Amino acid sequence: MALQSLDIKRRSATTTPSPSVRKIPEVAKLIDISKCIGCKACQVACMEWNDLRDDIGTNRGVYDNPPDLSDRSWTVMRFAEVEPTPGRLEWLIRKDGCMHCADPGCLKSCPAPGAIIQYSNGIVDFHQEACVGCGYCVMGCPFNIPRLSRKDGKAYKCTLCSDRVAVGQEPACAKTCPTGAIVFGSKEDMLEHAAGRIADLRERGFALAGVYNPTGVSGTHVMYVLQHADRPTLYQGLPRDPGISPLVVLWKEIAKTLMSIGLGAAVVGGIVHYLSQGPNEVPEEEEETS
Amino acid sequence: MTNHWVDIKNADLILIMGGNAAEAHPCGFKWVTEAKAHRKARLIVVDPRFTRSAAVADVYAPLRAGTDIAFLGGVINYLLSNDRIHHEYVKNYTDFSFLVREDFSFDDGLFSGYNPEKRSYAKTSWGYQLGPDGYVVTDPTLANPRCVYQLLKTHYGRYTPEVVASICGTSKEDFLKICALIAETAAADKTMTIMYALGWTQHSQGSQMIRTGAMVQLLLGNIGVAGGGMNALRGHSNIQGLTDLGLLSNLLPGYLTLPGDGEQDYTAYLDARASKPLRPGQLSYWQNYGKFFVSVMKSWYGDAATAENNWCYDWLPKLDKGYDILQVFEDMHRGQVNGYVCQGFNPLASAPCKIKVAGAMAKLKYLVIIDPLATETSEFWQNHGEYNDVDPAKIQTEVFRLPSTCFAEEDGSLVNSGRWLQWHWKAAEPPGEAKGDQAIMAGIFLKIREMYKKEGGAFADPILNLSWKYKRPEEPSPEELAREFSGTALKDLADPKDAAKVLLKAGQQLNGFAELRDDGSTACGCWIFAGCWSEKGNLMARRDNSDPYGIGQTLNWAFSWPANRRILYNRASCDPAGTPYDPARKLIAWNKAAGTWSGSDIPDYSAITPPESGMGPFIMNPEGVARFFAVDKMAEGPFPEHYEPFESPLAANPLHPNNAKARSNPAARVFKDDWDSFGTADQFPYVCTTYRLTEHFHFWTKHAPLDAILQPEQFVEIGEELAREKGIRPGDSVRVKSKRGFIVAVAVVTKRIRTLDIAGRKVHTVGVPIHWGFMGVAKNGYITNTLTPFVGDANTQTPEFKSFLVAIEKV
Repeated sequence: MALQSLDIKRRSATTTPSPSVRKIPEVAKLIDISKCIGCKACQVACMEWNDLRDDIGTNRGVYDNPPDLSDRSWTVMRFAEVEPTPGRLEWLIRKDGCMHCADPGCLKSCPAPGAIIQYSNGIVDFHQEACVGCGYCVMGCPFNIPRLSRKDGKAYKCTLCSDRVAVGQEPACAKTCPTGAIVFGSKEDMLEHAAGRIADLRERGFALAGVYNPTGVSGTHVMYVLQHADRPTLYQGLPRDPGISPLVVLWKEIAKTLMSIGLGAAVVGGIVHYLSQGPNEVPEEEEETS
Repeated sequence: MTNHWVDIKNADLILIMGGNAAEAHPCGFKWVTEAKAHRKARLIVVDPRFTRSAAVADVYAPLRAGTDIAFLGGVINYLLSNDRIHHEYVKNYTDFSFLVREDFSFDDGLFSGYNPEKRSYAKTSWGYQLGPDGYVVTDPTLANPRCVYQLLKTHYGRYTPEVVASICGTSKEDFLKICALIAETAAADKTMTIMYALGWTQHSQGSQMIRTGAMVQLLLGNIGVAGGGMNALRGHSNIQGLTDLGLLSNLLPGYLTLPGDGEQDYTAYLDARASKPLRPGQLSYWQNYGKFFVSVMKSWYGDAATAENNWCYDWLPKLDKGYDILQVFEDMHRGQVNGYVCQGFNPLASAPCKIKVAGAMAKLKYLVIIDPLATETSEFWQNHGEYNDVDPAKIQTEVFRLPSTCFAEEDGSLVNSGRWLQWHWKAAEPPGEAKGDQAIMAGIFLKIREMYKKEGGAFADPILNLSWKYKRPEEPSPEELAREFSGTALKDLADPKDAAKVLLKAGQQLNGFAELRDDGSTACGCWIFAGCWSEKGNLMARRDNSDPYGIGQTLNWAFSWPANRRILYNRASCDPAGTPYDPARKLIAWNKAAGTWSGSDIPDYSAITPPESGMGPFIMNPEGVARFFAVDKMAEGPFPEHYEPFESPLAANPLHPNNAKARSNPAARVFKDDWDSFGTADQFPYVCTTYRLTEHFHFWTKHAPLDAILQPEQFVEIGEELAREKGIRPGDSVRVKSKRGFIVAVAVVTKRIRTLDIAGRKVHTVGVPIHWGFMGVAKNGYITNTLTPFVGDANTQTPEFKSFLVAIEKV
């Protein structure tokens, strides 16, 4: 749903020029893992604000629950027990969800016009009414975030509460976070806040603390403060150097060419999908977790 | 809490021990993150498990469950032997210089006066040497071997870092690192706060664990100061209010106490409680006990309470013994209880040893449940498969379920951990037939009164004369009840200094407990709450968060008992001359020009008494100072001593290997039949501890889908080494059993529970969260308290949920 108070900067599979009159600052959510206690209040806030209720599942031998992102769990806490310094246990708890990349792989790979958009404030949003359920966004995402729904076949993920942000409110997770581990504001302010947190962490002995704002996707609008910025994979597989798959880049070039000669997106989608993934089926993994 | 939640932001060091604030109090925990962010505070967590609090701590150290006194005793020894104490503070504000009776002794784990048959102490020797003037004899040089300082030093001299390591399993290196950090706060401008909860209370020596923590704080001068204190994090939003209002069986409101069987004489009852000062110039505020007591009785019995009938003293029950939860279920189990009313209480899940509790309830004639939820207790007679495998045909108890409102469906006040009475407003109408607790209780009371009126009966006076002047007798309003516990003048109150001046007119609300009288002219349902609803209105409803001193002292936010005071013992934040030890965190100071104490808080002191008077800051104690030596106040001794939990992997107390009587708390009450229900390490080799998770609240939130989604199914936690030994992988189903029963749950295998080295042998810990049961929308599970032992703290009888023995096997 396009929101009047937000300009759309980019739309998937569209070449219509974007509006550029208004000056909208870029926003960002900063998640300070060193302050996170894993209380999951953000998960509840997300479910409540977005009217989502995942299944009541089972325990699989870990604290993580629901165990993975799904069409009804747009954010989950991932718990990692690690010993970056031998003998000194750390329990690193990372709130996982869409990173809202400045250069979004999902949007680039999406063949459905307007199904994925990027607002001028940086938020990347899925418009399910335009989604054709092809799953390319899943493939295009370097962070493994979007999930296809078994119910309606469409892709879902965190919206960064674009509806709240559009009216000047912070995302529900940031609003509810009891320890201030999740903060929200302009990207500039968030980077400044991160710098203060990093100085504090370095003073406490985390010499390589830093902000996670990866350049491979031209930066993100969800950033982390990491105690061990040199080892993001400690945090339940946060990618060290995320980037958009070359296949997506290639597809983007083909699509542009084909569209300019007037071929329908659906045809292109079909071909590339068949070439890259074979017949269209919901992957087993998603079936299990959805 | 001696202090309050917001004040935690003023700390330089935070010790979380006997609690897991991030897990159980995530919202309050924000003040820890504030202290870290803005004061560069360090956070220490000491716990058997690497908890959610530990996840954000600067220093974590494990210890074996139930050994906190050994750890803290070691800290006391470190502080004394390295001379890292706040000298001026301990000398002036504690009993360091007080001389203890010559016949007091401590010998191989037992204090003088022990009676092994009764499992209790004759406490006559646990006292001070008194001079001919009736005051305690002191030795300001601290050289006298009978002074508290010398006795303390001797007592804790045994708790060396090596002993601590061997009892607790904490490495010497970790222990000394923590001691060094704690010792830094002996400086006058550095403070540590201690945050604890059920991890200290739920042991057979829980009260003494808390005392040991308080003793550490006193040595450092951290009591009565901003960013310091002993801060109990309460487990329910209003459990502080429950204790304040005297809902424990031996209490009256405001920590007044019920008389015992031997106290039939009213004057003797008062004299035993209205303590005279034990040192010159001390306030000894409990001298006003009579005013508080008479005002409660006037509140309850109105015109029926007169000076002639000792304010209805004879109507009060006189205790032949305690009636704590364990005692009541023991009596019930013996078939001595006919009926039981459970109001907001789910004992089948919350009380220890499910088999005993369920067996006890099966002997009742009737059971009344007043609760917003369909609790396990209300279904104890129903067969719920493996989770409650009973035969309903064999249980004749009649169960009545009276649906009540949830907190969000009613107006009223809640008292938080920081002693703030905060008014709250109804957010939703109650569903179905649910009624407020006042309406339910009023309905029962009015019916019983009517029956006594019509039919008569034994000892009807207290019921027929109970004051019940509510506008709607069938449902007293929260406002009326609040005005009642705050207090009212029953007659015009004249100024004691000027009889011609009327302070308050009859019918007006009191300003505070200083206005209470013992002549029947005031009524006050709970003296410590006095003034919360004055003529200025409902002060509990105030929401002004202005903070003029910038240290979180928001005196116009709600009402903090007593007297809207935010930090207890705040006189101790100043030196003897009345100057704040840390001007940047000033609570009060002596203003010589004005002749008063003033500052960011309400003085916990006589506001016009100058510093040179020598009045001590601990005005509730007849000594005027804080006690290291607890005289006769504790069941098991004046100094905390480490005893093993009732179920321990060790055959003897390492401090007293040859004294079997001193293995576990010698003064803890154990019912005769329960000795056999304790397991031993040969059959049940692992230490088990039970606890709560952030995702759930007790046994309530398994009824709520959102919480059930976050943590759907019962699990237990074990360390990697035990998992390897037992061939258990994450996600396996395991059976955990104690001598009292078993549960089956999913195994979480974790690095966060370490195998500890205790006196040269390996000790494994099994962790069991409590939240599951057979009612609600989460996956059904076993009642965790199937496993726990039926024994409690020697003083409070709080059950030993935190340390007992189990075995574990893969199913």
